[in-house]
Amino acid sequence: MADKLFPNAAAALDGLLRDGMTIASGGFGLCGIPERLIEAILDSGVQRLVCVSNNAGIDNEGLGKLLRSRQIAKMIASYVGENKEFERQYLGGELEVEFVPQGTLAERLRAGGAGVAGFYTRTGVGTLVAEGKEHKEFDGETYILERGIRADISIIKGWKADEAGNLVFRKTARNFNHPAATAGKVCIAEVEEIVPTGSFDPDCIHLPGIYVNRMIVGAPYDKKIEFRTVRQREAA
Amino acid sequence: MPWTRDQMAARAARELKDGYYVNLGIGIPTLVANNIPPGMTVTLQSENGMLGIGPFPYEGEEDADLVNAGKQTISPLPSTSFFSSADSFAMIRGGHIDLTVLGAMEISEKGDIANWMIPGKMVKGMGGAMDLVAGVKRIIVVMEHTSKHGEPKFIPECTLPLTGKNVVDMIVTDLCVFQRPDHDSPFRLIELAPGATAEEVAAKTTAHYLPL
Repeated sequence: MADKLFPNAAAALDGLLRDGMTIASGGFGLCGIPERLIEAILDSGVQRLVCVSNNAGIDNEGLGKLLRSRQIAKMIASYVGENKEFERQYLGGELEVEFVPQGTLAERLRAGGAGVAGFYTRTGVGTLVAEGKEHKEFDGETYILERGIRADISIIKGWKADEAGNLVFRKTARNFNHPAATAGKVCIAEVEEIVPTGSFDPDCIHLPGIYVNRMIVGAPYDKKIEFRTVRQREAA
Repeated sequence: MPWTRDQMAARAARELKDGYYVNLGIGIPTLVANNIPPGMTVTLQSENGMLGIGPFPYEGEEDADLVNAGKQTISPLPSTSFFSSADSFAMIRGGHIDLTVLGAMEISEKGDIANWMIPGKMVKGMGGAMDLVAGVKRIIVVMEHTSKHGEPKFIPECTLPLTGKNVVDMIVTDLCVFQRPDHDSPFRLIELAPGATAEEVAAKTTAHYLPL
């Protein structure tokens, strides 16, 4: 089998980047974002990207880095709070944005990756989201047609992968990484650790290796926390 | 004395039932978690891919890979499970979540809800709100009875872009509770906060509703 492991993010992206392409990215806020791959895309200077991601990072973190460098022409996202540069470009008409309900976004990626061209959902019926979309009644309820998303590449962050590309995520860092992985024609994964093939219990693999085309070890990570909330220990 | 934010959350928490799976929105709805009746098992869902949300972690035990939908650090429970966003919203959209408590900017007398954008102001996106109101079995809105400028928020027709049409089952405000038995019926005033009167509610509500 061809080696899926690349020495670094730039090498893993070599030959894949072109102006105007669509990139699906995993992550929820700053949790589980493919930060090494985002940095390599920043360094590549590729332009006019269409980014499909639940969020757009925050100022100069995550996809916020590619916003600051103005490499993103369009964002397809569900929520973009906490990002001043995004706000400035969006209000100034420099950045196109398509807001998609979070569940519809996850399902559009899942569907795209599963060869499903479109699906009907009740989410968004009677709202701006439904405008211009086919409406259809099923069992007395109205649904709208949403399209699957196929991306040119997907970039994801996993916890551990084996040499075959079988991958596991950690806690809530799974989020959009799984559906995004399946939606890309080529999926590049960055992980914290590569383990020998056979280390994982096959019953416990989250993302089968067929979805992972290229991978890198991105460690060491300095994972960012957006809102640190704690409780006090009760006195002994 | 109208209900405080915490008392509004406590009133919404009285709608919980043992064994419920529940999704709580950001703001006052989050306070519902502190008001779960003792002895009752309620499992909280976080739309970023977690069932069984525990309390905030002890200092020093925060984990960047373990956050709730508000991106706050949290802790797991023995019953916790993790899954992808696609699975998370399959739960929500597939009608598997029993109850959601959300905030709102406007509610119409027909049960429409607007809580995601104000035209002309910065739009941040709807997040998972449209999925929740379309898919969860019962929708409770917790909101101040009037806006900061004293304008009614329970009104004949929403003026803001909708999050969902004909979806709300119950409204808890600082003054009272409105409820309807199904989505073809009008709301009825069912309860007043201590000190609030039906006349005060009527004066601050432009929506049509059935009296107490």
